[in-house]
Amino acid sequence: MNKKLVALLIGLNLSAAAQAETPSLEKMWQLIQDQQQEIAKLKGQLQETDIKTEATISAVERFSASPAASKKTTFGGYGEVHYNNLEIDDSSKTKEAIDFHRFVMFTGHQFTDSIRFFSELEVEHSLSGDGNPGEVELEQAYIEWDATENLTAKAGLFLMPIGIINETHEPNTFYGTERNNVEKNIIPATWWEAGAAINGDITEGLSYDLAAHSGLYIPEGKYKPRDGRQKVAQAKADDMAFTGRIKYTAIPGLELAASFQHQSDVRQGEGVPIDGTLFEAHIAWKRDSFQLRALYAQWDFDDAINATEMGADEQTGLYLEPSFKLNEKLGLFARYSAWDNTAASNTDSEITQFDVGINYWLHPNVVFKFDYQNQDAPGEKGYDGVNLGLGYSF
Amino acid sequence: MNKKTLKSLLLMGSVLLTSLTSPLVIAKGVFQSGPDFIAEVFQQQPNAKVLWLTDDIRENAKVILDRPVMGLRVRYHQFDLTTAWIIEEIGKEMPITIGVVVTDNQIARVKILAYRESRGGEVRYPAYTKQYLGAALTDNHRLDQSIDGITGATLSVWAVNKVAALALYYHAQVTQGRDST
Repeated sequence: MNKKLVALLIGLNLSAAAQAETPSLEKMWQLIQDQQQEIAKLKGQLQETDIKTEATISAVERFSASPAASKKTTFGGYGEVHYNNLEIDDSSKTKEAIDFHRFVMFTGHQFTDSIRFFSELEVEHSLSGDGNPGEVELEQAYIEWDATENLTAKAGLFLMPIGIINETHEPNTFYGTERNNVEKNIIPATWWEAGAAINGDITEGLSYDLAAHSGLYIPEGKYKPRDGRQKVAQAKADDMAFTGRIKYTAIPGLELAASFQHQSDVRQGEGVPIDGTLFEAHIAWKRDSFQLRALYAQWDFDDAINATEMGADEQTGLYLEPSFKLNEKLGLFARYSAWDNTAASNTDSEITQFDVGINYWLHPNVVFKFDYQNQDAPGEKGYDGVNLGLGYSF
Repeated sequence: MNKKTLKSLLLMGSVLLTSLTSPLVIAKGVFQSGPDFIAEVFQQQPNAKVLWLTDDIRENAKVILDRPVMGLRVRYHQFDLTTAWIIEEIGKEMPITIGVVVTDNQIARVKILAYRESRGGEVRYPAYTKQYLGAALTDNHRLDQSIDGITGATLSVWAVNKVAALALYYHAQVTQGRDST
């Protein structure tokens, strides 16, 4: 009974206290108004904080991310070291050499979105100068301008749009320690000239290149196109040359291209004029792990060149190179090459070469190469043996 | 100047003029803006979202790109199980802007929004980009489909491959929770 009484008294007291603290409607309205003001103020502060945070993050990102587009000057390069252990078929000569064959630096600069500069400076065979085997060569240095959305023009010193490896020859992009002999001895890669060029797309996957540029200078006593490369070094420019290419790449993995070049006098005004026309066609087809490269090139010179070397008015070459990638890192290849710098002669002057080997990509841009070559040349003068290589690009 | 030289120069001049005045295919430049791409992808208004690049995301993105990922966050759009990403990656020298749509952890679309390199612009053609349809991510963060490349434009192809893989990885992060690996 006493307990019930005590509980009742406590209840009455609490109820009375509660009634005493209940605010009036006006007070409650004021309280709500005050709270609304506080909420609005907090919302404003939150919004302000959001803006500040956003600005801070954006600023940090601007500095830390350094958008690639803002890097106006770019730098890159590639290089390759070769070891050759070769012996000539008649055993009269061997070639055992280790050579830092090419050390190349690229520098580019983007003046505007549509105007850019690109250059390639190369040190060949490590050491240049009188009595040394190497050379310092400027292989590319041109200004390129996107004249319209579909037309790019360039002027300066640039690589000829001919063949497979002339324009793309970073060591991690091709098989074999040494570049193939057909493009080297017939086209002749690597080949650059000074002049102007345009390129654009005709339709999806069909593009063209046209160039007017300095030409070969094959002096009296010489007949091979490779002997005519002037490398734009105080080059004779009595006679210009013209190059055109059409390229089909509409199917992924497939490139079909044909190039044509004409020069009206490869003697550059010295002696009897000799005109020359080059035709080159190739296929580069990659499907999953399989790749096939095949190329044919032919020079037709005026008959007058036969006074220097009989049969040199026609110079031809072809190669066929299937390859297979076992996985991302390891690829196998075989290549059959045949070339002839006096193809119109009655004597057998063709050189053939069979290569087989592997590429091992330590990284997509770093490659080790090993290959065996068997070369057959007239007079037992072909080189057989092995080649080892290390190449990189970045 | 001999006649052959003159003829060749005239031919080049004609081609140049034709190219300057003809509305042929667009070889390079910006093909589509980001907002237009997003509007094209989603029939309904998607949610604009942000993926913060935490340490674990950053680590895996680095594996995919073969370089550290920059920035603190990535913006994307989402509607249901579909996400759309606009990511830039350098080909040889210049950034390629790539739009990637992922639905249910598979690539639904790849579109090159801007291409600025001198060579390799073939990556923008549907014949090339449709190779990515249905591609998913393997355990080691690679595409599970073989992509046939473009001769002479390996770096551009690699850039698109990396971005496609990165979009798949980001998609997995925002639709399945954070990867703790």
